Amino acid sequence: MPSSGRPDTVYYFGTCLVDLFYPEAGLAGMELLKRAGIRVVFPADQSCCGQPARNSGYFDEARAVALRQIKAFPQPWPIVVPSGSCAGMMKTHYPDLFEGRPEHEEAKAFASRVFELTDFLVNVVNIRLTDKGQPLTVTWHGSCHSMREMGVVDQPKALLRQLANVTLVENGREKECCGFGGTFAVRQPEISAAMVADKVTALEDTKAARVISGDCGCLMNITGAMGKKGSPMGGQHIAQFLLERVDG
Amino acid sequence: MSETARANILARLRAAPRQMVPDRPDWTPPTYGEGRLARFRAMLEAVHGEIHEVTTEDWAERISVLLADRGATRVMVPPGMTLPDGLVAVPYDQPVEELKAVLVQGVEAGITWAKAAIADTGTLVLWPDADEPRLLSLLPPIHVVLLRLGSLVDNLAQVMAEQTWAAGMPTNALLISGPSKTADIEQTLAYGVHGPKELIVLVLTDA
Amino acid sequence: MGDFTSRAPAALNDPTLRANFRRAMDGLMSKRAAQFADKDAWESLRAQGAAAKARVVARLPELLEQLEANLTQNGIVVHWAETTAQANAIVLDILQKAGAKTVIKGKSMVSEEMELNHHLEAHGIRAVESDLGEYIIQLAGEAPSHIVMPCIHKNKAEIASLFEKNIAGLGYTEDVDALTAAARAALRGQFASADAGISGVNFAVAETGTLVLVENEGNGRLSTTLPPLHIAVMGIEKLAEKLDDLPALLSLLPRSATGQAITTYVNMISRPRQPGEKDGPKAVHVVLLDSGRSRVYADAQLQDTLRCIRCGACMNHCPVYSRVGGHTYKFVYPGPIGKILTPQLEGLDCAGDQPHASTLCNACVEVCPVKIPIADILVRLRAESVNSTGSGAVKGAGSMRKRLESLVWKGWAAMYGVPMLYRLGSWGLTRLGNWLPDSLPMLKRWTSVRTRPRFAAKTLHELARDKGYDHE
Repeated sequence: MPSSGRPDTVYYFGTCLVDLFYPEAGLAGMELLKRAGIRVVFPADQSCCGQPARNSGYFDEARAVALRQIKAFPQPWPIVVPSGSCAGMMKTHYPDLFEGRPEHEEAKAFASRVFELTDFLVNVVNIRLTDKGQPLTVTWHGSCHSMREMGVVDQPKALLRQLANVTLVENGREKECCGFGGTFAVRQPEISAAMVADKVTALEDTKAARVISGDCGCLMNITGAMGKKGSPMGGQHIAQFLLERVDG
Repeated sequence: MSETARANILARLRAAPRQMVPDRPDWTPPTYGEGRLARFRAMLEAVHGEIHEVTTEDWAERISVLLADRGATRVMVPPGMTLPDGLVAVPYDQPVEELKAVLVQGVEAGITWAKAAIADTGTLVLWPDADEPRLLSLLPPIHVVLLRLGSLVDNLAQVMAEQTWAAGMPTNALLISGPSKTADIEQTLAYGVHGPKELIVLVLTDA
Repeated sequence: MGDFTSRAPAALNDPTLRANFRRAMDGLMSKRAAQFADKDAWESLRAQGAAAKARVVARLPELLEQLEANLTQNGIVVHWAETTAQANAIVLDILQKAGAKTVIKGKSMVSEEMELNHHLEAHGIRAVESDLGEYIIQLAGEAPSHIVMPCIHKNKAEIASLFEKNIAGLGYTEDVDALTAAARAALRGQFASADAGISGVNFAVAETGTLVLVENEGNGRLSTTLPPLHIAVMGIEKLAEKLDDLPALLSLLPRSATGQAITTYVNMISRPRQPGEKDGPKAVHVVLLDSGRSRVYADAQLQDTLRCIRCGACMNHCPVYSRVGGHTYKFVYPGPIGKILTPQLEGLDCAGDQPHASTLCNACVEVCPVKIPIADILVRLRAESVNSTGSGAVKGAGSMRKRLESLVWKGWAAMYGVPMLYRLGSWGLTRLGNWLPDSLPMLKRWTSVRTRPRFAAKTLHELARDKGYDHE
C-alpha cells in the first residue's frame, strides 16, 4: 500500500560508475523500489551527471552533459540516485551551473526532483525490511557529498538497523574523506594514498566484516586499497547489501 | 605614496560588482537569569580563574589573606587605594616610563576594578584610565580584580548596549577571561606566559 | 621546490610531522565540536557572523573611508599600501623617524605576507616575535605552518632541543611550564626595551575607529601598550561595520579556532595615550594593505573570499592539510583558505596547483563560521586556471590549460553528452576495458595502492532492459 505522498512512478539515474563497474548495485536499488510497489523507469539516454568535468573546471563540457541528463528525464517524477555524490551534483550544482542561462529554470526544477536512494527509501517510501541473512557485523562509510550536500547521515544507518541479524558498528573517522575525490586520486596520488590508508585502518579497527556505503566512488577506492593490502574486510553498496539481506 | 595608494585601492573597490547588503538576522545571545553568577563562576573557573564572594566591608582583608597565602607582599594599586598592614601598596601614579622597572620586576600583584563582567564567557570588562592604567592588569604576576555584583550582565551585547559603547570608546577597552595562557607547545596549556599567571576575582556581593 | 604535488611526499613520509599534525588537528576538531554541540545555536550564531562579514564585503569602500575618518579623528595615523613593498616602506619610515632600533611583535599573518622581519633586519632594525609559537619558529628560522598555531608542526622534544641551544642557562627540558617560563623570561626584557610594537588586527570597527585584537598570551597587549610606538598592519578586508557585530564575531572566532569560548584577552584600541594617562603608546599607526585583495574584490563570486576572519577551522578540518602540514603549501596561508586565497593574491600562474589539492569533501565549508563557499570557489579557480580565453578575473587565468587535457574533456563531453556515443562507448568499455594496459599513467597511479577496478560484463543499461524495466 503506497503511503500518502509516495509516488507511483520514479525515474532512476544509475550513474556512470555504477553503469560501468557496479551495475548489480544499481539494479539492486531498482529492485528495492520495485518491491515497494513503485514503478521504476530507467531512461535509456542517461549517462553521467557531469561532475568529473565540473570539478575539473571544464564547465562548458559539464553543462553539455548535464543538459543531456535534464532532457532525458522529462516527466515530473522523482529522480532516485544510488549515489550521494552524483545526487549532490544534480541537486546543488545544476542550478549554479546554469545560473544566468536560458536553461536555469529547467535545471532548478530538475534539481528539486533529485533524491539520494537511502533518503528516498526512508523518508518517502518508508520501507520496512525483513532480514533473512546470517548474523553479520558491518560498518558504515558515508560519502562527503552525501553527508554535506545531500544531508544523508542517519537514513542509511536507519535502514541497516532495520536488519535484525546485522550489527552496525561505528568507525572512528566516519566523517573524514576517504581520499577518492574523483580525479584527485590520480592527480594527488600520494595524498590520496595516505588518506585511504588511514580510512582502511579506521574501518579495520571496527572488526566489522564489511564496510557498507552509498557511493561507489568511495567503495572503489576503499575496497581497492583493502584488496591491495590483503585486508580480510570487504565492501558493498548499501542497495546490494539490503537486497541480499531481504533475500536471505 | 600613501595618497596614491589610497586613491587606487578605493577606485578598484568602487569599480567592482557589488553584492546586496544582507540584513542582520535575528540573534539572541544567551541569558542566564538567576543563574548568572553561577554561570560566571563556572566559566571563569573553567579558564583557571579564581573567584571569591566578598563584601564592601571585608574585601581588603580578604585580599590580604589571599596574597599572604601566595607570599605576595608588594602590590601595585590605583593611587589612593590603601591595603591592610602586611601588604605594601605601590601606587601606579607616574607614567610607565618612570615606573617600568617596578612594573616589570618590582611587584608581585596588581589590583584593579572591573567596569562590568559577562556571565556567558566568564569575562571581566576593564576600561583602563588614568587611575588604573593598562599595564596594571598585565605586568604583575597576580591580577586581583574587584567586581561589583550589580555590574554582572549576561552577555557582551548587553554590556555594550547598556553602557552605550558606540557613543564613545575609551583609549583602551579590555575583555579579560582568565590568566594569560598558551597552548603553543603541543596543545598543552601553560599559564602566565606573558601576562599574569593568576587571576583572582573578588565579587562584592553587596555592591 | 616544484609544485604542491611534488612537495607533498616529503611531508607524507615524515612520521613525526604526520603524528604532530594528526594529534593537533584531532584535538582542535573535538574542542570545536564541543563548543558547537547545540546545532541550532551554531546555525543562528553563524548566520549572524556570516551576515556581519558579508555586510563588510558589500560596503567595503565606504566602510574603509569611515574607518579611516574615525581612526584619524581618534588620533591614529592611517596609511594605505597597494603592495607589500609599499607597506614595508611605510613601516620602516615610521620606525626610522622615531629612531627605533628594536621592535617587539605580536602575531600577524599580514606581517608574514610582507616578510616584514626580513625587511626591517635588512635596514638594521631587529624585530623579535613575542607570541610563543612565533618565537619558537623565529628561533628555528622557519615560517608558520598554521595561521593560528604557527609552531603546530613541532613537538615538545623538538622545542626542547631548540630552547636548549638558544636560551642561555636552560638545559634540555620537555616540561611545558619550564619551557614557557624560559620564553617569558627571555622576552620580558625585550618588551621593556623595545622602541616600538607591531601587531596585526582581528577586526577594525569602522563605526568607532577601534582596533580589536584577540589573544591568549598577553604578548599582544604588551606589544601594543608598553613601547612608545605601536604600528598595526592589516588587510583592507579585516573590518567590522559596527560594535554590534562584535559579539557574534568574537564568539565565532575563538570557538572555531581553538575551541575556546573566548580568548583570554580581547584588546580594543581606539586612541594613542591621552593626556593624563600613564601608559600606552604615544603614537599609533595603522597600515591598510591591499596586496591583491582589491583584485579578489573585482569578481562577485570570488569576493566572498574576503569574509575570512582567519580562524583556521578550515585547515583544522582539512584531510589534506592534516596530512601534509602547512609548509607543503609554501605560501603564507595554507589549508583550504590558502588554496582559494593564494592563487587569487599571487596568481594562478604561480599557485594554480593549489585549488587542485582538494577532494572537495566540503569539511571546510561545513565549519566555516562566516560561510565562505570554499568548495565552489576552489572549483571556480580550477575553471579559471584552464579557461580557454587566457584572461579572466584572476591573474594567470588559463595558465594551466593543456591542449591534450582539454581535448580529453571535449571527447568526454561527446561520449557522455550524446546518448548514441555513450551506448557505444559503454558497451565497448565493458567488453574491452579490462584489456587496457596496466601501464596507462592513470591506472598506474591508481594501482600503486589499490587493486585495479574491473569493468562489469554488462552495463546497468543492459541489465535494466534485460530485467524488463521501462527503458524509454
